[in-house]
Amino acid sequence: SGQTVQRIMVNYHVQKVKRECIVWSIAFLSSGTVVTSDSFGRVQFWDWERGTLLESHTVSTSAVLSLAVSEKEDSIIVGTSTGATYQFQLLPVKMGSLEKRWVRTKPFQHHTHDVRAVAHSSTALISGGLDAQLVIRPLMEKMQKKGYEAALRKFTFPHRRLVSCARKARLLLFQFSQHLELWRLGSTDETGKDGEVLPLCRMPEHLLQLKSKGPEHIYCSCVSPCGSWVAYSTASRFHLYRVQYEGGGVSIKKVPKVPKLLLPAYQLQFSSDSGSLFVASARGSVHVLQLLEPGGCKHLHTFRPPSGSPEAVYLLASSADGHWVAAVSGDWAIHVYNLKGFKHHCMVPMYSCAVTALAIHPVTNNLVIAYSDQQLFEFGIPEKQYTAWSRMVQNCGLHKVWLERDSPITHITFNPKNPSHILLHDIYMFCVLDKSLPLPDNSALLMNQSTLKQLPETARQRQLHAFKICKKFQPLLFADLLDENCLVMVERPIMDIKTQLPLPIQQKKFGT
Amino acid sequence: MVAPATLRVVRCGGSTLHGARAVFSADSYLLCASGDFVKMYSVATEETLRVMGGHADLVTGIQLNPHNHMQLYSSSVDGSIKLWDFMDGIPIKTFVVGSKLLALYALAHCEDSVFVVIPKRGERDTFQLVSVKLTKAAGQDLEAKELSVVLDGVDASPKRIAFGREGEYVASVKDVNLQVYFFKQKQLNRFSVSATKTKSGNNHFTCIACHPTEDCIATGHADGKIRLWRNFYHKKEYTFSTLHWHHDTVMDLAFSMEGTSLLSGGVESVLVLWHNESDCQRDFLPRLGSAIEYISMSSDGALCCTLHTDNRITIINSNLRFSKSIQGLIKSTDVKTGLVVDPRTKALVLNGEPGHLQFYCLRSDQQLFSLDIVQRQYIHQAGLNQADLVKVAFSAQGKWLATVEEREEVTDPELQLKLWFYDEETQSFKLNTRINMPHEDHITDMCFRNMDELEDDSLILVTAGRDCVFKVWVMVEDTDPEAQQSVSWSCDFVGSYHNYQATNCCFSEDGSLLAVSFEETVTVWDSVTWDLKCTFCHPPGKIRNICFGRLTCSKYLIGATDHGFLCCWNLLSCALEWSAHLNVLVLQPDPLSEHIAAVSWLSKESSLFVFKPNEPRPIYIQRNLCKEKIQLAAFVPRDEPETIGSEKYLWLRRSQLFFLTDTQELMTLSTKSLEERLTPSSKQLAVEESLAVTPFSLLLGKHRRQQSQEDIDLGKLVVRNKHEQDSPAVKELLHTPAHVLPSASFLCPIFINSLLISKENKSAEEVADEVEMESEKTEDDSDEERDVTETEQEDTSPMELLGEMTCKLSKSQEKELRKIRKMDYSWISAF
Repeated sequence: SGQTVQRIMVNYHVQKVKRECIVWSIAFLSSGTVVTSDSFGRVQFWDWERGTLLESHTVSTSAVLSLAVSEKEDSIIVGTSTGATYQFQLLPVKMGSLEKRWVRTKPFQHHTHDVRAVAHSSTALISGGLDAQLVIRPLMEKMQKKGYEAALRKFTFPHRRLVSCARKARLLLFQFSQHLELWRLGSTDETGKDGEVLPLCRMPEHLLQLKSKGPEHIYCSCVSPCGSWVAYSTASRFHLYRVQYEGGGVSIKKVPKVPKLLLPAYQLQFSSDSGSLFVASARGSVHVLQLLEPGGCKHLHTFRPPSGSPEAVYLLASSADGHWVAAVSGDWAIHVYNLKGFKHHCMVPMYSCAVTALAIHPVTNNLVIAYSDQQLFEFGIPEKQYTAWSRMVQNCGLHKVWLERDSPITHITFNPKNPSHILLHDIYMFCVLDKSLPLPDNSALLMNQSTLKQLPETARQRQLHAFKICKKFQPLLFADLLDENCLVMVERPIMDIKTQLPLPIQQKKFGT
Repeated sequence: MVAPATLRVVRCGGSTLHGARAVFSADSYLLCASGDFVKMYSVATEETLRVMGGHADLVTGIQLNPHNHMQLYSSSVDGSIKLWDFMDGIPIKTFVVGSKLLALYALAHCEDSVFVVIPKRGERDTFQLVSVKLTKAAGQDLEAKELSVVLDGVDASPKRIAFGREGEYVASVKDVNLQVYFFKQKQLNRFSVSATKTKSGNNHFTCIACHPTEDCIATGHADGKIRLWRNFYHKKEYTFSTLHWHHDTVMDLAFSMEGTSLLSGGVESVLVLWHNESDCQRDFLPRLGSAIEYISMSSDGALCCTLHTDNRITIINSNLRFSKSIQGLIKSTDVKTGLVVDPRTKALVLNGEPGHLQFYCLRSDQQLFSLDIVQRQYIHQAGLNQADLVKVAFSAQGKWLATVEEREEVTDPELQLKLWFYDEETQSFKLNTRINMPHEDHITDMCFRNMDELEDDSLILVTAGRDCVFKVWVMVEDTDPEAQQSVSWSCDFVGSYHNYQATNCCFSEDGSLLAVSFEETVTVWDSVTWDLKCTFCHPPGKIRNICFGRLTCSKYLIGATDHGFLCCWNLLSCALEWSAHLNVLVLQPDPLSEHIAAVSWLSKESSLFVFKPNEPRPIYIQRNLCKEKIQLAAFVPRDEPETIGSEKYLWLRRSQLFFLTDTQELMTLSTKSLEERLTPSSKQLAVEESLAVTPFSLLLGKHRRQQSQEDIDLGKLVVRNKHEQDSPAVKELLHTPAHVLPSASFLCPIFINSLLISKENKSAEEVADEVEMESEKTEDDSDEERDVTETEQEDTSPMELLGEMTCKLSKSQEKELRKIRKMDYSWISAF
């Protein structure tokens, strides 16, 4: 009937407090218990029928902002504005007795700022805070064995491409939550040895800043290889801009009459000739827009998987010759479409993990796929089958250290000069995978670049293996090959992010 | 060996840490393990009511008998468990287990067994928790050899094992491991916390407590955290929450009786009360004086008691209000002041709480007074350099008190000399003068010129310092009109000798001479003109102690060097009178006689030498005084001279000698025999007449008086006889604790008989037989009654013989006959 059945005054029990009590979060348990968390730092359990307080736990002196209940309703996680999260468990009072009580058990302090959101999976507590971190804290008692799953994990950056690169124009587009920045790369004429920092002859140039309108965050963005097109999408709108470079100045013009597409767009990708734009969208569809000079576009075609898909496409890869486009949807199926005939070409065999990155080799048109369990596959598109190298990798298995890495591969690119090279990177390392060299076995050292350097040339040959890894980066956001001699790397030091954060809540620490 | 058996070393106070948690009895007595004894205190009056001795070594655990709350189990390192009737101080039974007992636990649901921690056989430093079956057999000394191991690899500390609600489980912690054993399921669960040392310290377990009604275990950790474990019957899905307030080791934990609150204590000397296991709701009782070692709750939850590292006991109300404090000799970290006797109260004065001076009454084993000298907040944290009291001196009548405090600092020590005046009105010392930095370096010695204090001006204080000078301080008129006091102290003279460090100073008895030792040399100064009179030297070796002889020996100066020589110089001839090879640690003259006591330390034993300076031969030697190193000694004047039979101990007549060992045990020498201290249990049953006056005793007294009057009338012989007969029976009845008495039906005839006037020979027989009969019947009863019967038998055995000789009838006939006889004659003769 839409009537108010019960009204619970949370503030009622607190005397002499002028502040208003704000209930930040609420949960309704199947037992009829209402759980509230409020700005006084309390987590309270109420009987919804009578509106009476069952239990009250003062968790913190500051506000309790978020709350999540496990599926079994025997555990609750709350997040506070001091950055601490607490677990509540429904435990029997005595062994074998039915009487159960909520007990605050484990505190975790993984954040420095407000914990704005928490989630409770069956094996882990997940919390996200204002300090730009997502923390997955596994519940050890639910873990069957020690391993990758049982490790505490912190994520500072999304596992998405936040930087796109216009190779020909040597431009970089940075995606922020509310705006985009377009930079022209600097350059140098000099050459030097390994480890040297060369002086720039041209400084990097901030070309333009594009602010998105409204409160919505930018979801994805892309710059075309020629640098004259910039596209971005928010949850509800899609924008395409034409950028013109006249002498030293830059002008930007919004492309009018963008076709009404099925929104939102989850990923954007320009074709290598900058002639068309692929828009990944909901229900497995990929829209192809043709870009027209001097600033227009038209909807060419929409690819859909032949069997249909309920999930949205979240990754795209197009081939350099403009023949193929590969799309990954949320159900981890990879479809390859033929652009010449506008038809579905094939589907890569399903694998039981999420795809984190994929790219099509410009020469061989092989699709290289990185999965979240750190497996690598190479799929020959014209042949519609895994390549021999990929089969060999699957037979031999990858190095243990490689498989135990924590962060997924976020970007794949190729060296056109040397077709056997695959360039991969995740947040902490950059890797050149040389398919012509043998794979390392588990006894070999995976990260052997520093030891190799000290070896004489002959010994070095024997020690070589396919993975050449460089780990000197602070969080590495993006790496791409501009031309044969030039690689662009984008780092984002965490300290830079931290200094921009607001001050955390002042807490007296003993002994300071 | 010179030492005769009659002069014994008696421990008289201070000393040992409490070995176990204290126990509240049901009727508000506090029972405490203290050294080899179990002490019973009254919670209401703080008095020591009873000291129960009998264990031959440290008492490590005390527990009330769960089935009889008037009885107490105690365990000791000597390997025995004793069952006490603590109201009377009687050991009822002794169970000999055999191995060292390190902790004791008694549970309500375990009928006839207790749990003890013993060292594991064949392995060093491994201990196990075993249950000991206490046999019900008769007799006082029993063997208890039926041991069954409950837990292996436990810690020796009694704080690290706890029994859960209703004895369902036992939990034990050691290092970083917690193990819980469930008795019913026979299941052992082990948990551990990460062993890595964090910057806040290690998280080793230090203590454990179990919730009385719920399945919850609280553990304390070395980094100050308290963990509350739940769900621990699942090996995997156990969980714990953390409470953190203590910055240092949590020393002990105790749940309240309902389990709603938790008490914790530690080095901070703050008792923390945690409500509802919540980290945010807590109350504090700060400033408890020193680190908390043990916490215990009374069974009604009204009181809680903390035992502290300095041997103090604090009783705290349930609303966390300080109630009472029971304190004997406070154990301080280091007795730097030495043992000083307050001339006014005859109390022993030494370092007490940090920065305080304690006045300890030897007679009552109580602290009289604690004087705050430093007057700064003491921070309870390890590794801090805090100001402490190092020297103290009283003037002859106790009117002035001089104290020196210093803060240990390597480069320049912070020194203060304070002079306190005894205020008659407030009956306490009042600060008169404070002198900052009286010396450039540490003060090594300080003394007053003990002269007739009627003329105050002659009072002189001398301080000797490591800055190579000694300073003479005198009182001057205070010229400042705003000053509240008329006099203050200032420096009068600074003396030095060849730039040597001044180490000791001492005035002669008449105050005319001052002896100051400068490293290897003793200098003697005229105390009026401050002229250097003469010097003595006995190389090699620096002077460790000096003192003047007294009374007839006042012409002698005694010095001890650290190369093991004791020298006696004649001040008249300025020559060495005699010297002896002796490594003297303590040199202490008796203020009331010529005797000087020297304590030497040789090859791990202390020996005592008492001598007069005028003769080189000591008058008394006791070797092997005690195993510990004796740190300090003091002669305390007796109130009245004691009559001492032996010529040898005449030096003990006017003063008593006390020693303080390096474990801060206070010892004395006593000429009294062992008797009063270690009386056999059967003798303790004998009655002291000084019992409380009750209406019943008044009535009894009247009856006795009447009887004796009647007896007098009858004649001397009768009186004698009568007294012999009735006194044991009546005394037994009246003074044996009620719970060990035979049933009233047995005692009634005896008692009534005693009230009767009957013909002497017959009634004597009757009473004796009655008693014998009773003893026959009770023999197969529980052995608690044996004590009674034994003594009775002693009394009656001659009578028994008599009876057997005269009567040759069968037993049943005899009994009947006696009954009839008794009925008739006694009642008739009464009227």
